Amino acid sequence: MDDLYRDYILDHYKRPRNFGELDPHDMEALEHNPLCGDELGVHIRVKDGKIEDLRFHGHGCAISQASASIASEELVGMPLDQVADLNADWAIELLGIPVSATRRKCALLGLKVVKGAVTGDNSWPVGSV
Amino acid sequence: MSTLERSIQGTSPLAERGGGREGESMRLNVREDFPIFAREFDGKPLTYLDSGATSQKPRAVIEAMDAYYCEHNANVHRGVYALAQEADAAYDDARTKVAEFVGWEPKTTIFTKNVTEAINLVAYSWGRANVGAGDVVLTTQMEHHANIVPWQQLCREKGAQLRYLEVDERGELSLEQLDRELERGDVKLVAFTHVSNVLGTIVPVAEMTARVRAAGATSLIDGAQAVPHMAVDAQAIGADFYAWTGHKALGPTGIGVLHGRGEILDEMPPFLTGGDMIASVSFEGATWNELPFKFEAGTPPIAEAVGLGAAVDYLAALDMQRVRSHERDLTAYLIERVREVEGLHFVGPPEAESRGGILSFTIDGMHAHDIAELANRGGVCIRAGHHCAQPLMRSLGVAATARASVGVYNEREDVDALIQALNEGRKVFGL
Repeated sequence: MDDLYRDYILDHYKRPRNFGELDPHDMEALEHNPLCGDELGVHIRVKDGKIEDLRFHGHGCAISQASASIASEELVGMPLDQVADLNADWAIELLGIPVSATRRKCALLGLKVVKGAVTGDNSWPVGSV
Repeated sequence: MSTLERSIQGTSPLAERGGGREGESMRLNVREDFPIFAREFDGKPLTYLDSGATSQKPRAVIEAMDAYYCEHNANVHRGVYALAQEADAAYDDARTKVAEFVGWEPKTTIFTKNVTEAINLVAYSWGRANVGAGDVVLTTQMEHHANIVPWQQLCREKGAQLRYLEVDERGELSLEQLDRELERGDVKLVAFTHVSNVLGTIVPVAEMTARVRAAGATSLIDGAQAVPHMAVDAQAIGADFYAWTGHKALGPTGIGVLHGRGEILDEMPPFLTGGDMIASVSFEGATWNELPFKFEAGTPPIAEAVGLGAAVDYLAALDMQRVRSHERDLTAYLIERVREVEGLHFVGPPEAESRGGILSFTIDGMHAHDIAELANRGGVCIRAGHHCAQPLMRSLGVAATARASVGVYNEREDVDALIQALNEGRKVFGL
């Protein structure tokens, strides 16, 4: 069994949950990972101060895609103020694999784009320094 | 005799290796000259296939720099004492060797920090004086960001236009398109790479400079991926400016080279100003030092120059024709072997003859970053990403590629290790 590319990671990579477009939507954001040319966007529909539904779109490596896919299952139904407070540990624990410094940006890209859409602030740092 | 003296006199231990006989195997077998290959990763030998990013360093380079610091270190161009004169001699000798290595004059060979700084020197100094509103700077779609962004900045500032020569489906440029662009009569500068850092394409630089000169324009060539891998005569190529970097050519980081035509450099204002580049300074103003010092402000990278001098000695002793043969054969083998990997697609010319030792590829169902991560499991170092060439990646229609690139120290075993790692990586992904 591979440490990083575990079965559930590859499953989420190959069959990402909550991927596609969501129209109409209330919030959206788009992020690039300059390290690998990845692009990840999100559409969010809001109801009663909570994420009613969301869809990711874009392309990326197994780690960034799986991380977004796994997080999406937790994010649906979450109050917006709670989303705004989510930190890097939340996403990395959820991912459940050892993430090296170079892959940290990949692992956090999904959360970064969601936080950007919810708070309107795309400056949330995902680097290791 | 110290290593520095040996390297200054050009009698590196390698000269005794001989070889190059007709019909002899093209294997260089120089791996043992590079201390880093003693490293292991999880019990596996280091398979280094990222020379396009930076080269590994032979012992001769490391020892030359060590000897310089241990025995000859002083600042250059100002001391009268014997030690300072040794440092002066070491720095000057390094410049002479580096210039001669590519057929250029030492006087018009400027040490910079890297290729990026060399190109910025031309963009700021020559560009601000010679490019105006309505003029055209022509570059190509296959350039590294270092040969795009300085021209974007120049053109934005001057109201000039930046145009790009296209890359065809073979990964090559069209001389006909260059002719058409030059016929417009408004092209001031044509800036292009000698070997593409993504496609591997060897650009017909001499044919291009001839056309550029005939049109009355100026040429700049980015030779970063060429000089370490083939015999380059920048004078014969006919370049007005030719830039390359030390760390990709077995030398240290922190030193790049800009060769420029004397009559052009003479007319150019300085780029960076301050110490060392002046003839005299008063409170009212300054006059500039002679070439090449006019363009080398501040204390230069002395030990790095010594290291680069040792690197070109090392390469010259190997013989650049043999280096090219070795790497061409290795590239042909690489192309042959990657065809065995299911779902693998590579970009650039399909035959080794038309390319340097760089192969960028994708594998269906795997992202480039994951390919590189899985290659690392086999001790194989390859790069993944946009390779500082985002516009090219966009025109190729890929977000990222994995890239294997060879150097003098690579052998067929390295290619075999890569292929094995790629096949095992595909298995991890259930492909």
